[in-house]
Amino acid sequence: MSVDMNMNILIVDDYKTMLRIIRNLLKQLGFNNVDEATDGSMALQKLRDKDYGLVISDWNMEPMTGIQLLREVRADSKLKNLPFIMITAESKTENVVAAKEAGVNNYIVKPFNAATLKTKLSSVLGNF
Amino acid sequence: MTKIAKSSDAGMPPELNARLSELQVQSRSPSREDVAEVVGEMLQSLEGDLSEVNLKVYSELEGLAKYILAAKREIAALRPDDITSEHLPKATDELDAIVGSTEEATNGILQAMELLEGLTPQMPAEIAEQVTNAVTQVYESCNFQDITGQRITKVVKTLKHIEDRVEALVAAFGDEIQKYRETHPREEQPPQQKTTDEKLLNGPQLPDDAGKQADIDALLASFD
Repeated sequence: MSVDMNMNILIVDDYKTMLRIIRNLLKQLGFNNVDEATDGSMALQKLRDKDYGLVISDWNMEPMTGIQLLREVRADSKLKNLPFIMITAESKTENVVAAKEAGVNNYIVKPFNAATLKTKLSSVLGNF
Repeated sequence: MTKIAKSSDAGMPPELNARLSELQVQSRSPSREDVAEVVGEMLQSLEGDLSEVNLKVYSELEGLAKYILAAKREIAALRPDDITSEHLPKATDELDAIVGSTEEATNGILQAMELLEGLTPQMPAEIAEQVTNAVTQVYESCNFQDITGQRITKVVKTLKHIEDRVEALVAAFGDEIQKYRETHPREEQPPQQKTTDEKLLNGPQLPDDAGKQADIDALLASFD
């Protein structure tokens, strides 16, 4: 199955520079329809208002963290199958385990590079 | 020894009286060990609340109280209220300024890279690929801003924790620190401690305190 390069992708991070970096890297990979949110609650609202093919979210945000967002997504009947990648500086085993248990599709540790992002996207969406 | 013998007459238990008399007979100047032994026996013979152990405890407590008093004076001399009112807020402001300036710089770098990347369609394919790769590396490197920001946030939280603890300490001292302040006014820094050049080493100013280039240009122009 080919990857829909026109899919809407939501990136979530409280650091605007990080949003900018991820957006630019996604653009280089051919994904141009990228929206941004700066915390979990804003992201959840956007996810409910528009169709997205992927969420890439930071963990450490306020008021709603990335893991809380993930749990909300998995608990929502309309969003529960949405691919979700966590991209975070939280690199402890317990974090990865918690994210996996909450239903994350993949996990990227900051600082990351473009090759890692592409590999993880391929792993979740299929080769592109 | 005469004094001991005399005091032994006044209601001293017979066993102790006998021991003192024995010592008096044995030697006119008893050794320290002999005296310690007699004193120990005497204390043991005392009835009521005052045992040798109690005396030792009282002595230890007195020593401890003196130690605490001295420690409190030393802590008051450190002026812990200055730590919460001046030093920690200043450190927090400086750290916030670091986050702000690195964010600003990172955005500047990203903006320049985006501009460069936007020009690649006008470049020969081989050059465009090299430029794109270089731009990607810059994007990757700019991750640092997020990581350093999060680390600094952790440091700020630690400082806040220390501030809370010091505030609790200051509260526990009551008005002692204020009294210390009144009795020990801070001495002004002797002017000879810093050279003129050293006084000019202030480091970067916080954004609100920093002189703007336009102000500096105006100042320079005022010399003409």
